[in-house]
Amino acid sequence: MLKKRIFILVGITISIVLVYLLTLVGNNPDYVIPKRATRLAAMALIACSIGYSSVVFQTITNNRILTPSIMGFEAVFILFQAFIVFLYGDKTFQVIEQQTNFLFSVVLMFGFALILYFALFRKRQVHVYFLLLVGLILGAVFKSMTSFLELVIDPNEFAFVQRYLFASFNNINTNLLGISAIALFISLLIGTRILHKLDVLLLGKEQAITLGINYQRLVQISLLLIAIQVSISTALVGPITFLGILIANLSYEFIPSYKHRHTILGASLFGIILVVGGQYLVEHLFNMNTTISILINFVGGVYFIFLLLKSRRL
Amino acid sequence: MITVKDLHKKYGDHPVLNGLNIEFPKGKVISLIGGNGAGKSTLLSVISKLIDQDKGQITLSKEDITNISHKDFAKRLSFLRQSNFTHIRLKVHELVAFGRFPYNRGKKMSKEDKQKVEEAITFMELDNIANSYLDELSGGQRQRAYLAMILAQDTENILLDEPLNNLDMKYSVQIMKTLKKFARKQGKTVILIVHDINIASQYSDYIAALKDGVVQHFGTTDEIIKPRILKDIFDIDFEVILNRGCKFCLYYN
Amino acid sequence: MRTFLLIFAFFILVLASLLIGVKQIDWANFNSIIESGSLVFKVSRFPRTIALILAGVGLSVSGLIMQQISLNKFVSPTTAGTLDAAKLGILVGLIFFPGTSNFTQMSFAFLFTILASLVFMQMLKHIKQRSLIYIPLLGIMFGNVLAAIGTFFGYRFDIIQNMETWLIGDFSKVLQGNYELIYISLPAVILTYLYANKLTALGLGEETAKSLGLKYNTLVFIGLISISLTVSAVMITAGAIPFLGLIVPNIISLFYGDNLKKSLPYTALLGATLLLFCDIVSRLLIYPFEIPIGLTISIIGGIIFLVLIRKRIRYA
Repeated sequence: MLKKRIFILVGITISIVLVYLLTLVGNNPDYVIPKRATRLAAMALIACSIGYSSVVFQTITNNRILTPSIMGFEAVFILFQAFIVFLYGDKTFQVIEQQTNFLFSVVLMFGFALILYFALFRKRQVHVYFLLLVGLILGAVFKSMTSFLELVIDPNEFAFVQRYLFASFNNINTNLLGISAIALFISLLIGTRILHKLDVLLLGKEQAITLGINYQRLVQISLLLIAIQVSISTALVGPITFLGILIANLSYEFIPSYKHRHTILGASLFGIILVVGGQYLVEHLFNMNTTISILINFVGGVYFIFLLLKSRRL
Repeated sequence: MITVKDLHKKYGDHPVLNGLNIEFPKGKVISLIGGNGAGKSTLLSVISKLIDQDKGQITLSKEDITNISHKDFAKRLSFLRQSNFTHIRLKVHELVAFGRFPYNRGKKMSKEDKQKVEEAITFMELDNIANSYLDELSGGQRQRAYLAMILAQDTENILLDEPLNNLDMKYSVQIMKTLKKFARKQGKTVILIVHDINIASQYSDYIAALKDGVVQHFGTTDEIIKPRILKDIFDIDFEVILNRGCKFCLYYN
Repeated sequence: MRTFLLIFAFFILVLASLLIGVKQIDWANFNSIIESGSLVFKVSRFPRTIALILAGVGLSVSGLIMQQISLNKFVSPTTAGTLDAAKLGILVGLIFFPGTSNFTQMSFAFLFTILASLVFMQMLKHIKQRSLIYIPLLGIMFGNVLAAIGTFFGYRFDIIQNMETWLIGDFSKVLQGNYELIYISLPAVILTYLYANKLTALGLGEETAKSLGLKYNTLVFIGLISISLTVSAVMITAGAIPFLGLIVPNIISLFYGDNLKKSLPYTALLGATLLLFCDIVSRLLIYPFEIPIGLTISIIGGIIFLVLIRKRIRYA
């Protein structure tokens, strides 16, 4: 049953990837296919990172509804983008290179997470929810600041901010993709080593401790890995807030196993299917008239409300 | 042997443990009794390293427990909390298998692991529901499944916070008998919180009575089950009746 | 003593709110007061102060009711998606019925907030994990979802920037003739006061309230309607004012307990005082320009809230 389900998912993933890669290649395959392959690599990488970080986040927070985005990462990112456009206006792209922007964004988001963890975890036995709430309040404050900046930004220049409000795979900087791929890959590799401990955490914090889990350390490592993955993937393509909820829950429903190596694999595969499929729709059906993240946020948002109303396991 | 010295714990400004001292003898069944808020649950939580004390020391076979890693600690002491809840869909035998986690750390189950899991399931009469999901079970069945997990963990010290919660009389009696057998035959130390004074009187070797965050009385069951002491702890009148060599407490009037 | 201080602060701030402004009022020259001064008062200062008081009272009382109904101290218009629902409602009104009156748009906001509140209440019913923080976390996620749905439409109609900015709380545009809708929150507040005792009983939970002979569902519905009316009215006049409904009832409950008949007037008074204070800070900080109050209150409110949860968690 489990093997069969995973097999089906892998099959769908491969077909979608092939369709995306080979549809309407035209008479210029040498140009189109490498370009698509680059996007594809980025999408797969992002999907796996979001799959991993969402499922692990839900385990350490013991629920199925929250995603790391709730901690205010995206708010930090968008505030930073609004701030530089506010400073430099339409010269933003001449003053600040994409690489520099990327680097600053990652450092800011990751730094935010670190400060949050260390400020709160220095005192032992702080509840994870408390951490979330603090992150969330700060996120709300950042959002207000962004709104204020957007109020004073010239409408013509606002287009530059808007670029960053939504994730997009249309123009991925290949240099950045390389570095990000290495970093994300390493974090995922380290991440696989704690999966069996996370399985125990599903029994709840107390039970896990009595079964020999060093809870504090496990949560710290998990949060660190999540912070790395979310910072890099957000800085690379922009925020896709609700992808995590969508793929994590699809995986819980479809994959008949509680083990993290299965649910994370499932979530990542669902992630690739949705992102690549969505990108296909954006390119061929919407003619780039919407962005993948708006599409996914819309679908994910509706699914979220459905979960709230129907799920018996909140 | 577990020794607790001068244990203090506050929640906010509210003190729960006030310099508590006790030495739990090895290989016995010890019941903790006392009114609500006497500090029983907190005591067990601190002993099992779930929460840190503000002050004081706890030793396990003369070793300070803060120096024992969680990993090793889990092979020597197990603890079942009062309320257990998981939102994942887990089968009974999968839950019981988690009891072996301290030994295999989530890697492959050894032959011994599998055998212990089987034994625990059979012992708790869970064979016919071993493949059912936890959320499909009644409260009592779930409680037995969690107890089976603790059995599979196979530690020399077992701590239980109101293990009889949700259980009917048949299983209550059965579990108390089991615990007693563990102490007698395998030399395990069992410390549990019990609310039914007659269960405590019937099955425990020792009773520790807590009040206001300290151990008010501690002794063999025979020494503690006395009207004067019980009144001191619970602030109501007790009558103790001797019947076929067992003490029964009456306290309704 | 505490009460006296609060009332004193309130009146000082009302006075300050009336007197502070870019247009200097020359008190020495009596004629100018009559000519220009009274006009400024009538058209701008007076409506602004009234709007601030009503918004402050309305939002904090709404927060209090939500906390009674949901049995959770951290549920409020900010943390249950109510503000986002009102925004979405106004957005839908703007897109599909452009150029209509404020009243029509407020009706949309009302419709969406009441729907969102019902969804939220429905959700509360089957949450097993009744943790103090978990429920507001869910509420905020819910709000994010509503915002995302708004963004989906906003992007299609290319009004993202407008959306982001026009609903940030700001009382500087409150003028005679465009703020009167906020009076709608007044009957809602009075209604709440009349039902205070019954709403207190709601705080004991559905079962208890029912066994005390209260019509639970009706009461909850009355509560939700009054919240939705207030939030929509404030939203259409001044924009989103976060945190107020969250922090004010919590501060009052720490000092005066949870008997609504007693705590309601204080909640209302403190709400108005705090909002007046934030507004004056917004007006003075980069004088003669203004910072939108939405920003000021989210920073001040955010800090107060963090201090409050530290306290609550310790006593929980």
